Formats: sequence, structure tokens, C-alpha cells
Amino acid sequence: MSMDSLYTELIMMHNRSGHNKHVLPEATHIERGHNPNCGDDLTLQLWIEEGIVKDAAYVGHGCAISQAAMSIMIDLVKEKPVAEAKVLAHDYLRMIRGEQLTEEQRDALADAIVFESLSKMPARVKCGTLGWHCLEVSLAETAE
Amino acid sequence: MVSSNLTDTQSHDRLSTTDRDRTGQTDFPIFTSHPELIYLDHAATSQKPKQVIDAMSRYLTESNGSPHRGAHKLSVEATRLYDIGRKKVAAFIGASRPEEVVFTKNATEALNLIAYTYGLSTVKAGDEIVVAITSHHSNIVPWQMVASRTGATLKFMYVSPEGDFLPGEWDKITDQTKLVAFPWVSNSLGVIHDISGLIAKAHAHGAVAVVDAAQAVGHLPVDVCALDADFLVFSGHKMYGPTGIGVLYGKHAHLEAMPPFLTGGDMIEYVEEQSTTFAAVPERFEAGTQHVEGVVGLMAAMDFIEHMGITRISEKEQRIARYAVKRLSELPFVRVYGPREGHDRGALVAFEVEGIHPHDLASILDDRGIAIRAGHHCTQPLMKSLGIMASCRASFSIYNHVGEVDALVEGLHHARRIFGYEHG
Repeated sequence: MSMDSLYTELIMMHNRSGHNKHVLPEATHIERGHNPNCGDDLTLQLWIEEGIVKDAAYVGHGCAISQAAMSIMIDLVKEKPVAEAKVLAHDYLRMIRGEQLTEEQRDALADAIVFESLSKMPARVKCGTLGWHCLEVSLAETAE
Repeated sequence: MVSSNLTDTQSHDRLSTTDRDRTGQTDFPIFTSHPELIYLDHAATSQKPKQVIDAMSRYLTESNGSPHRGAHKLSVEATRLYDIGRKKVAAFIGASRPEEVVFTKNATEALNLIAYTYGLSTVKAGDEIVVAITSHHSNIVPWQMVASRTGATLKFMYVSPEGDFLPGEWDKITDQTKLVAFPWVSNSLGVIHDISGLIAKAHAHGAVAVVDAAQAVGHLPVDVCALDADFLVFSGHKMYGPTGIGVLYGKHAHLEAMPPFLTGGDMIEYVEEQSTTFAAVPERFEAGTQHVEGVVGLMAAMDFIEHMGITRISEKEQRIARYAVKRLSELPFVRVYGPREGHDRGALVAFEVEGIHPHDLASILDDRGIAIRAGHHCTQPLMKSLGIMASCRASFSIYNHVGEVDALVEGLHHARRIFGYEHG
């Protein structure tokens, strides 16, 4: 996918609608992600109960890729079991590293597959993985 | 979906071979490898003229040897070239003698050398170090280290968004001040500081002046004696030379009084088991086998600049920068930082595009073959003091031309269309 279409597609939808960008009062997990080099500074808030991601949202500022990746991730993990979210994060990060995913794994990543081209854009990898790293850290300390 | 349109084709047509010939791009093989490239990132690192690449290749092919060691022909030749390089740099910047030129890895290493040797041996508790807020991190962090180790106080002189020092900021230089550090040209705002005034002000209070000339050498005529600078540093790779070679100029009396920086081979006189006497200046500061091909490349870069003529380079860059400021200022969605239209500025312009993060803009432009810098430009304290998160920077040199500014402006419109602000 070309750079232009990467931006025009899902990214703009998420970046401008901003439906996941707000404070989450019920949050049980708060993880701040920061790329000192480019200034992206996003905080993921998760409400996890009984092994389920009940709700999620983020706040902060950053480039379109970092915010869209975060927002698409939130849509994806909302209402999913923690175990499943962990697998999604694992597969997403593998995809960005350029590793091959099975058709099943690709389907599971749904809209987030749009970021596959980041594996060929080293300069933007940190933007596209910021939210997912926040998720990984949050879930690592959570019982499934 | 926005796609390439007529305007795209037109902007590429502007970069026809004839244009490249006319603008001297044929001297730069990178534009043969990437015919569509619009390189607006000279301030980060310059592209290299063929003369520099050839000179380094020739040295490695014909003359490579270890300098200052052994009696064989190649070692002698490497030593000869290295020493000629030092003389050439001295003449290029108007130093009074070659011994005032110390070769370093880059400007950053040169600043660290000053901090660790002059700084730590001269600055005492209660003293003050005054730094321009426009400084690059490389001219801030070493002074933080000196301040914290010696108990000195670090003070900043603040500027307006145009880059002018705010009223009274120079008064922070007092009799307590031991050292004043500042850039000649700000890599972030493009402002050209009144460095003669700053040097005179430092001297009036008995302080030494450290000039970061990384964005000045190769763009402006440099005469360290006329400036009366105590220390002046720059990097080879920002003036058409290779990476890995930089210069520390220091007044001979200062260098003489300074202890060594790195220790090891080449910088010694006699080494006993428990003690060492050190070589004279400047070898005292050049430990280990030196970067001869870097010096050879730097010499070729200085030849290139002299051949082009510093006045001609400067005038051309000023013309492009003025045009860029004019074109960008016309766009209602662009905010230009640094000196106002019509004022002198270095060969760069920093700006922000409403609604588009600088990194996104840089990626979209990169996709169109336009290379710019985005981010904090290693000047976080400056950005913070001006309330800027990140900015975009286009920087210029002899191989750029105004048609590339037009392509940049069209690229900004394109990005705005992708982000849904413009249609058509």
C-alpha cells in the first residue's frame, strides 16, 4: 500500500473522528507511551474486569500514524478477553517486524492490517507500535 | 482518493537535466542515483560532491597508510596529507596557526572536548555558564555536565519566536560568567546571531566564547581571528565533506593550558609504566589513529566551497531561503518560524502546517521524493521555551534551486488534500 493511501484510508477516519480519544474514568490500567525522538506522547487507558477488556480509550498527542494505530487497536481489543488481546498484540508486532502471518492471524487483526506497510518504513515503526507496546505492558501485568 | 495530477508532472518537469546542470547538481552523484530527489535536508547532512568522493577513493586506493607511524612511504604520505589538511583548515577559517586546529569526530565531540578539558579545569563552584537557548543539544548537554560536576550555574539567554534575543538577556553575562556558548546560525530557527557582539560581551566580562559554527561553515565566510572567537567548532559532513571528521578551533593559549581529553597512542611524548608526558598541541587532543581519509575528504570539500565561492553560495542560499519564506508565508495554513520575511536568515526555514503533524508531513513529502527534517531538531529546550512540539525544516545549499521550493509548496497542498483539508 502506498504512503498516500495508507494515510487516506483508515488513518484519517480514526484520526479525525477521535471516538477513542477521551478520558476513561473506569480505567484499571493506565500506560503512557512516549517517543522522545519525535514527541509522540499517548496514554492508553484500559478497563479490565474478569479477564475481559471492558473498555479502552487514549489521551495525548502525536502524529496521525501513532494516533490511528492506537485508535484502531482500541476498536479491536474492546470487549475481547485479555488472552485474545495478548495474541493480537503479539501478532501485530510480528507483522510490523516483517514476519509472515497466517490467513487466520491476518483476519484477526482486521483493520490493523493496514499498518503492514510500516514494516517497510523503519522511520515510522515507532509511531505505529506505540499504542500496542502500551497494551502489551498493561496486559503483561494482568491475569487472564 | 487523491492521486498525482497535472501539477505533479509540472513540478517534476522543473527538475529536468538542464536545470540540474544549471544548478550544479551534476557535481553530486546522489542526484544521478535518485534523479527525482529534492533534497532539502542539507542542515542535517550535506550531499557530497564527486570531488569529495573521488578524493577519498583516490586516497584509499593510492596513499592509505597509518599517519605518524613508521618510516614507509605510505605512512609518510598519509602523514603529509593529514598535516596539509590541518594547514588548509587553518587557512580556511583564518586561524593564526595550524596548531590551533584540532581534528575531532564532529562538532559534538569538539564541544565535549572543550567541556571535559577547558570546562572542568577552569570552571569552579559559584561560576556561571551562559548558553543561548537556540543551542543544539550538543552545545547544552556538555555544559550541564560541567555545571553539575563543578557546582557552577547554567543560565540561558532566551529568544523571541523570530530568534531575536529578548531585551536584557545578554545581561545574564556578568563577571561571574566563565563561559558563553551559542550557535552562529540556529539549526532550528535559522536566525543568524550577532556573534561578534556576543564574543565582545563575553570578553568584556572575562569569559570565553564557544561558537557552534556547524550551520555557518560552508554558508558564510569565516574568520576566527576577526571574530576573536576563543573556540569555534564545526562538522565536515554539513559542509559537503564526509561524516566522522570535525574541527575544533581554539586559541593557542587556551589549547596550551588544557589537559588531554582522550588518552592513548599518538597523543603522547614518553610513556613509562606509571606515568606519561603528553604531546604538544594539537596532537595532545588527537588520540589514536586519525581519520586521514576524512581529512582528505574535508580538504576536497573546502576546495569545492572555494571553487564555488562562498559569496556565490551564500547569495544563492539566501535567495532560495527568502523565496521559501515568501511562498510559505503566503499559505494561510502554514506558520513560519524564525526571522521575518526580509530579514537575514541562515540557509533554512522552519515551519508548521496546521492540522498535520510534522512527521506525517515528512513521510508524505518523502513519498514524493522531497526530503525534509521533522521533529525537535535536537533543540528541545528552545522548542519548549517557544511552546512548539515539533516543526518541519527545509534547508538549502548550492545544489538546490527555487523550483524545489515550488515543489515543496505543491507537496504541502497535496498533504492537505490527503488530510481532507483541501479538495480537487
